[in-house]
Parts: sequence; C-alpha cells; structure tokens
Amino acid sequence: MIPPLVRPKLKNPILRTPLPVLPPWMRSRAALGLTAAAALGQFRLQVCGECDAVQYPPRECCHSCLSDQLRWREQSGSGELISETTVHHSQDLYFSERMPWRLGMVRLDAGPTVVVHLHGGCAPAPARVRVGARLDKSGQGVLVAFPIDEVLNMADDRQLREMTCDPKFRKVLVTDGKTGVGQAVVRNIIAAGADLVWVGYAEPWKTFAGLTELAAQPQVAMLPLDLTDSQSVKTLAAEIGGKVDILINTAELHRAHGIASRSGIEVARAEMDVNYFGLLRLAQEFGPVMRSRGADGQSSATAWVNLLSIYALSNYPRHGTFSASKAAALSLSQCLRAEMRPGAVRVINVFPGPIDDEWNQATPQPKLTPEALAKAVVRALKDGVEDVYPGDVAQEWLLRWQESPKTLERELST
Amino acid sequence: MAANSLISLAAELLSGQIRVVDLTQTLSPDFPQIALPPEFGQCWPFRMEEISRYDDRGPGWYWNNFSCGEHTGTHFDAPIHWVSGRAVPNNSTDTLPVQNLIGPACVIDCSREAKADPDFLLTADRLRQWEAEHGRIPPRAWVLMRTDWSKRSDPVAYQNYDETGQHTPGPATDAVKFLVDERDIVGFGSESIGTDAGQGYHLKPPYPCHYYMHGAGRYGLQCLTNLDLLPPIGALIVCAPLKIKNGSGSPIRALALVQN
Repeated sequence: MIPPLVRPKLKNPILRTPLPVLPPWMRSRAALGLTAAAALGQFRLQVCGECDAVQYPPRECCHSCLSDQLRWREQSGSGELISETTVHHSQDLYFSERMPWRLGMVRLDAGPTVVVHLHGGCAPAPARVRVGARLDKSGQGVLVAFPIDEVLNMADDRQLREMTCDPKFRKVLVTDGKTGVGQAVVRNIIAAGADLVWVGYAEPWKTFAGLTELAAQPQVAMLPLDLTDSQSVKTLAAEIGGKVDILINTAELHRAHGIASRSGIEVARAEMDVNYFGLLRLAQEFGPVMRSRGADGQSSATAWVNLLSIYALSNYPRHGTFSASKAAALSLSQCLRAEMRPGAVRVINVFPGPIDDEWNQATPQPKLTPEALAKAVVRALKDGVEDVYPGDVAQEWLLRWQESPKTLERELST
Repeated sequence: MAANSLISLAAELLSGQIRVVDLTQTLSPDFPQIALPPEFGQCWPFRMEEISRYDDRGPGWYWNNFSCGEHTGTHFDAPIHWVSGRAVPNNSTDTLPVQNLIGPACVIDCSREAKADPDFLLTADRLRQWEAEHGRIPPRAWVLMRTDWSKRSDPVAYQNYDETGQHTPGPATDAVKFLVDERDIVGFGSESIGTDAGQGYHLKPPYPCHYYMHGAGRYGLQCLTNLDLLPPIGALIVCAPLKIKNGSGSPIRALALVQN
C-alpha cells in the first residue's frame, strides 16, 4: 500500500534549504551502457554474441565464454524477487538522508541475478516482479523492481520519486505560451497535477489564439518573457526563479530555409537568437537557482525540458538554418546537463519530427500534433528519462541516425 | 549678424527663455518595434547586453553593447528607405544635406480626433483648416501630427493590433500630396510607429506618406513624444540621424526649441 502524495506544506522560510547530494555516480565505461539505455527509458543488458549469455553487471568480456563480443540488448525485465533488505543505516550521504531504503535481489528470467531498488508495491520475496532501468539523482542508470500489476499510487512511491520528475504539486515555467505546443504543454502539465504554471509570452501586442482559454485556467499566471531580451529573462528569474521546480522551454523560432533559399543572415540569426542564445540566457539566469534547489523537499527543483528537433541530429537542408540552431541548442543542452547534474536537476531533451504548425504547413504528413508532443513531455517527466523522440518521424530518423549518421545525411540531402 | 543671433540664442537657452523639449521615447527592450508579417525580414527591437559593470569583466567601468534596427524607437526615415526614393539624390543618412535637419515645426493637433478614432486620417482639408487658424505652412518646415498616441504607455495599446492589423492614426493621401506639392515641407512626423496610419497598407497608394514623402526626397520622424508641449507654430526641430553609410534611417534624439 503506497500512501498517496499529498500537497506539501508551504516552505518554512527560516530553515536552511538542504543542499543536493548525489547517490554514488562512479561507473566504468562499460556500465555507462546501462545509463545510456535508461536515458531513453530502456532496460538493456549486454548479451554475448557467441554464447548468448546475458551479462550482469556490465563488463568487458563474457562471464561464460570470455568472448569480447558483447552487445547491448533490450530486456523484458521479468524475474523473481528472491531476497530483500531494508537498509536503516548508511555511510553514504545521499542514502543516509533517505533511510529506510528497500533493496532486493532479482533473478531475471534471462539469467543473471541483479541488485535492485525495490518499489513499495512489490510483495515480499519470493515474488514475481518486473525490473526496469531508471536514472537516479546523479543521472546514472540503476535498476528498479516493480510489481507485475499496477498498484494504487504507483508513481507516488517514495523511492521511485527519487528517479522521476513528476509534475504533481510542482511549479512549472513554460517559456512560450503563444504556440500550439506551448498551450498543449500547459494543459497537459496541469492535467498531470502541477500546482502553478507560469506561462511566458513575448511581444504582448501580437495577440494569439488560445490566450483567453490559457489565462482563464486557475493554475496559470501569464508573464512577459522574451528570450531574445537578456533583461527580460533576468527580471523574470529574479521574480520567480527561486520557485521554479520544472522549466519547460517551448520557445522556438522556425523558418524553413536553407542557405540559398534566403539571402542574408537575418532569419538565421533570429533562429539562433531564440533557439540557442535564448536557451543560454535562460540557463544563465534560471540554472544556478534551480541547481541550488535540487533537494528542496517533496517539491524540489527537478527538471529542465528543452524543445529541440530531430533536425538537431542531422541537418535537414530544407530547414537548414533551423537545423543548425537546434544542433547548437543540443550541444549547449549537454553543457547544461553537466552543470545541472550536481544539483540533481534532470535536463530532458525532446526531439520531435515536424510539428503540425504553420511553419510546417507545406510539410507532408505525418506531423506531430502539439497535443502528442505535450503528452510525450509529461511522460518523460514522469518516467525521468533524458532524451525523448516523440512520433513516427523522430523514431525512424533516430534509428537511421543510430545505424549510420552518414547514410542519413545523404538521405536527407535529396 | 548670424553670429549675433546664435549668441542671443545661446543666452536665451541659458536663461531659460528658450526651453529644449525632448521629443524622444526612451530606447528600451520594452518599447515595441514595427512588426511585419513573420515571413518578411524584421526590424530588430532594442536590445542591450552588459559588457561589464565594475566586475570581473571590467573592474572599473560600466558599459553595454546594444543592438537595434535603423527604424527602432524614435527614429528618422531617409528617402532611400522607400522604393519610391531609391533614386533620389542624397537620399541616405550619410549623404542627406544636414541643413535640413534643423527647421521650423508646424504642429497639427489631432489628439481629439485620434482619441475618438484610432484609424483617424489627417486630410488636406483639415490642414487647410489649420492654416486658416495658424497661417500658411512655410516652405521647408517639419509638419508634426500630434495625436497624443505617445501617451499610450502600455505597448499593447500603443501598437493597437486586432485581427485586421494595426490601428493607429496617420495622414491621408491627399494630405501628403498637399504637403509635398503645395507646401514643400521637409518632412512629416508622427507619434505612432510609422508616419503612415496603421491601416496605411489599404490606402492608395499603400503607405502614401512613405511613398510620396520619400519619393520627393523628404523625411519622416516616427515615435515622437511630447508634441503636446509644442506650440502650433514657432518651435524649432533638431533631428539628426546617425551618419550611417548608405543608411535608410536611424534612431535619433529628437529635440525641439521652444520660446517661453
């Protein structure tokens, strides 16, 4: 029985805000393969290419035949919880602050026995469980055993919440509420239980569809925010930065041009100003304060979401300058991720294919609806993943890119 | 003789007999800029990035880099700005005769009409009416259309957009032709964004003030403020644009000299 999450009391302003400390984060290069899969929401283990033995923990050579032909392969995670321990004392700072902590051993049907964090819904050993990979507060892949069947308040489990960025009872900043995507994100984040959503909007004299409905929601506070204006970002961070638990950067500028289809650099510069420098401005002003609040109670600062594009992986020449600006943003988001990690704030990058909006009007279907994109963002927060590729186009391009970046480049250039 | 009148001007400035009125809006990121359909190129708004402020980036000094378009804030339009003025001689900010940049101002008070109707158009008839009261507009004068639009401090009200675009006052086509052809003015100034009305695109020709003024080598002043502090006649305008090579305009510090 997992107690439901309740709205936390207001913060006691005379107490020191606890500093974020991280669970053990050192990993071998081989073990980072588990992290890489968990970042996508997948549970992978190495499998021997010669004898098919499934490996755990990650290693250089097969434990059975010493072959070095180990391949990461997705696992179902089904297995048997064979023992469990509730830890009441730890020398580790992170765990000592979070006692008691339930751990277990699961014999996977695939072979190996793994050490897991035990979800509160799991019956006492022996019991059937499903093992999944999650990112912990240090951003490293760890294994969690879940009950086979959904239990009540599944997401509210205290230990699981250390691995996720659930918006429930949290305060969220959505940086641009003028777009269909921005508005869908606001709707869905409210539906996911957010307490308060600040919604930025630039150039208020340009009216936009959906404003009235957006502003009418009781959780919404509309605020002026223009990512091209350093002073605007600085001012807003000074006003609300210390309260933002989740920042979702939906602001983007998208024009469909390559190099030759538009003379001059003004459009490309405008794209960079929002998509790259806008992120940099946000990161400089909101990053430090969010990083300092990574352990600020139940509703701590927990996540930073960037709306990137699948074109960030490989340039789509018809949207060439936009692709370049998103590639720059992707690179910067990796820097941001490294800088936010000590503060236990997860940076989530979203890589949609073409979104169904006015700037992709002439792009043939399939296009990702703002609603589907928003749902993917909320899902990513609840699952605590780092990289999301929502929709068929993004999924397909990702696979092609993983297989051969050069091949994809050639395919996109025709 | 000239030296004497300038010396007396200096003395009157010093004594306060002549006041200097600032006709300029403050350049700030919050002041709205002209907005074109998004597929067109856009004028930059005013933006400022701190270089240092007595800190590690420069311990003893404070300074900024700023960026903006030639047509940001209170600004000057040179004839080359419009396609009709592209072949006019001396049509850019670096070549236009500086003699034109100081001159007498005729202030047409349209504040009552603009308050009643944001799409108010100043007609030639209305100008003749003004002349009946204040005398003929002299050659090489600046004609400034006072609407009190600058008192709309909220950018939304200042821009005044709805689903059919912007609604701000401006001159009618016949007024522009009258001022250029029959009164030989040096330029036209307004308080809103654009010397033309917000709906000027739908006039004949589109944006008549830009079209005829610049086509005839005349100038424009936009986003002026404090026109309500000027007399209908008798003020002297100083409105020098930056000397940008081949520039189409420039933000300015527009000033008016007014006798007490």
